[in-house]
Amino acid sequence: MAHESLGQILLNTILSGNFVLAMFLGMCPFLGVTHSVAVAFPLGVATSFVIVIASVSAYLLNWLLAMAHLEFLRLICYIVVIASAVQLVEMFVKKHYPALFRALGIYLPLITTNCAVLGVALFQTAREYDFAQSLTFAIGGGIGFTLALTLLASVRERVQLAEVPEVVQGTVLVLILAGVLSLAFMGFAGLGG
Amino acid sequence: MSGPSPAAFSMAPPSRWEEFTEGMWRRNPVFVMVLGMCPTLAVTVSAINSISMGLATTFVLAASCFLVSALRRLIPKEVRIATYIVIIATFVTVVDYAVQAISLDLYEALGAYIQLIVANCLVLGRAEAHAARAAPIPATLNAIGMGLGFTLGLTMIGGVREILGAGAFFGIPLFGPGFQPWVVMVLPPGGFFVMAGWLLLFAVVRRRLAARDAGAVRSAPAANSGACHGA
Amino acid sequence: MNAPAKSPAPAAVQATSTFALLRTLSVVSAICGVIIVVSYLATLDRAKANRRLAAERAVFKVLPDASSVKEYLALPSGEIIPAGGGDPPPGALRFYSAYDAAGRFAGIAAEGAAKGYADLVRVMFGYSESCHCIVGIGVVSMRETPGIGDKILTDKDFLANFKALDVRLKDDLSALANDVKVVKHGVKTQPWQIDAISGATVTSRAVGKGINDAAQLLLPRLVPRLDQLREKS
Repeated sequence: MAHESLGQILLNTILSGNFVLAMFLGMCPFLGVTHSVAVAFPLGVATSFVIVIASVSAYLLNWLLAMAHLEFLRLICYIVVIASAVQLVEMFVKKHYPALFRALGIYLPLITTNCAVLGVALFQTAREYDFAQSLTFAIGGGIGFTLALTLLASVRERVQLAEVPEVVQGTVLVLILAGVLSLAFMGFAGLGG
Repeated sequence: MSGPSPAAFSMAPPSRWEEFTEGMWRRNPVFVMVLGMCPTLAVTVSAINSISMGLATTFVLAASCFLVSALRRLIPKEVRIATYIVIIATFVTVVDYAVQAISLDLYEALGAYIQLIVANCLVLGRAEAHAARAAPIPATLNAIGMGLGFTLGLTMIGGVREILGAGAFFGIPLFGPGFQPWVVMVLPPGGFFVMAGWLLLFAVVRRRLAARDAGAVRSAPAANSGACHGA
Repeated sequence: MNAPAKSPAPAAVQATSTFALLRTLSVVSAICGVIIVVSYLATLDRAKANRRLAAERAVFKVLPDASSVKEYLALPSGEIIPAGGGDPPPGALRFYSAYDAAGRFAGIAAEGAAKGYADLVRVMFGYSESCHCIVGIGVVSMRETPGIGDKILTDKDFLANFKALDVRLKDDLSALANDVKVVKHGVKTQPWQIDAISGATVTSRAVGKGINDAAQLLLPRLVPRLDQLREKS
C-alpha cells in the first residue's frame, strides 16, 4: 500500500527521518557509547547488521503469521528473533574480533533492547512496506544510525578538549549536542520529495 | 551522575514504603538512571501523551515484575533474559490491545512506541536486577514506584514541551491566540533540549545542596566531597 | 562490606538439566499465551467498534449529507463486495458508501495516504459522482509539525481546494484524466490542481499525493459500477 520509491525511502531514513535524531530510536547506545568514534562506529555497523536481519525476519514472520491468523503473536516473535540474531552476532564478534568484543562490553548484548532494531520491524509492518521497501528501510536505517552515532562521537571527542562548565558535563552536554545535531538534520526535510 | 545516597548504605532490607518510593525521586528512571530514553523523548510532546505512556509502562513493569518474581525459582539462569523478554512482550501486547480499545486517538498519538516498551531498558533492567531476587509483593511495589517515577519524569518533560511548544497544558490553552509557540520544542530537538534542561537544573540544585552541606561541616577538609574538582 | 538487598539463596548451583529448561519455557509460554489470547478476545469488539466509529466520523465529515455508511471493498478485478469482518484480500481497496437520511446515495469516501514531513498523512476524501469531483477532505491521522504542517487542518484556502477537485476519468475509464497535482501557493489554474499552503509544502504535497494515488487506483474500479451502490441494501 505504501507508494514510496526505494530512493525516497533510503534518503528519508538516512537523513530527514534518521532513526536516532528524528525518531529517537537507539537512544541507549547513542547516549552511552559515543565517547569515542573507534567504539561508536563498529557498534553502529554491528547494529546495522542486526537491523537488516531483523527486518528480513520480520517481513517473513509477518507473512507467516498473517497466513495463520496469529497476528497477536507478532511482537513476541519479533523480539525472540532479534534476541537470537544478537546472540549470533555476539558469538561472531567474540570469535573474530575479540578486542572489539571487550571494548563494546555490555552494549553488544544490549542491541537486543535497542529500540532501533525492534523499531524497524514495527515501523515497516505499520507502513505496509513490501520486501524491497522493507530491506531498503532497514539498510537506510542502519546507515543513518551509524551516521548519527559516529557524528556525535566525533563531536564529543573534540569537545573533550574544550573547557566545559562542570555543571553541564556528562549527560547534559551529550543531550545538548544531540539536540543541535537533530536540529541540523531537520534541514534535510523534504529532500526525498 | 549522582553519588550513592545514604539509604544505600543501610544494612536493613528496604521497607515496603522504601521499595515503593525508590523509583519516584532518588532513583528516578528518567533523570537519575537515564533509562528508557526512546519513548521518553519521542512521546513527550504533550502532557497527556506522557502520562499515558508512563502509565502504560507502569502497567507492563508491574505485571512483568510480578510474574517474573512469582516464577523466579522456576526460571534457570541460562534462559532468564529470554524468558523475561517473552513475559514483558506479553504484557506489552496486552497494553497495546487495551489502548486500542480505550481510545483510538491515544493509540494514534502513541503509535509504535507502545510496542517499543518491550525494548525499554527500564523494564528488563528491573526484572533482572530486582524482580528476579525479590518476593512478588515487594517486587511489584518497587515496580509500581519505578513506573510512577518514570511517569513523573515523562510528564515533567512533556509538560514543558507542551507549554512552550503548543502554548497549552493537558490540551488547555494557556496563552492567548497571539502566542507564538516555540515549535522546535515539540519537534525532536526539543526533546533533547528539554531533557538537558531538567538535568541541568537538577545538577545545579545538587551542587548548591552539596556546597551548602560541605560549608556546614567546618573542620573536616573537603577532600571526600564530590565537588572537589581542580581550582 | 555492606550486603546488597537480601536475596533468597539459590537452592543448589548445578547446571540446569534440559528438562528444567524445557519445563520453564513451556510453563512460561503457556501462561503468556493464555494472557495474550484472553486480552485479545476481551478487547477485540471494543477496538473494532472504535475503528468503525472513527471511520464513520471521518466519512460524515467529508460528505455532510451522509447519515449512514456502508463499508465495501473494491477488488482488483473491479468487483465490489461488502467488507466483511476478516482480512481484505490482497489488492482490495476499502471505501465507504454513504447514504443520506432518506436512504439515497450520497457519495463515496475513501482514504489516501502519503508520507509527509514526519510520517504518513492519512486523508479521507469524499467523492460525488454528479460533478466527478472530490467534495471534501478530512485528515484521519498525521504527525506533522504543529503550527506548520498541521495547517492542513484549518487553512481555509487550502481546504477550499477540495470543494470541487476535478477527478474525472479518461474516456476509457482506465485512469484519471488529469493527475491531481499540488502546485505552489497562488499558481493554481486548473480544477485538478491543489494550491499548497505556503510554508507547508511538504505536508500539502503529501495530501495531494495521497489523494492522487488512492483516486488513480479506486475510481477506475468504482465509477463504472456506481449503480451497484445506489441501492442501500
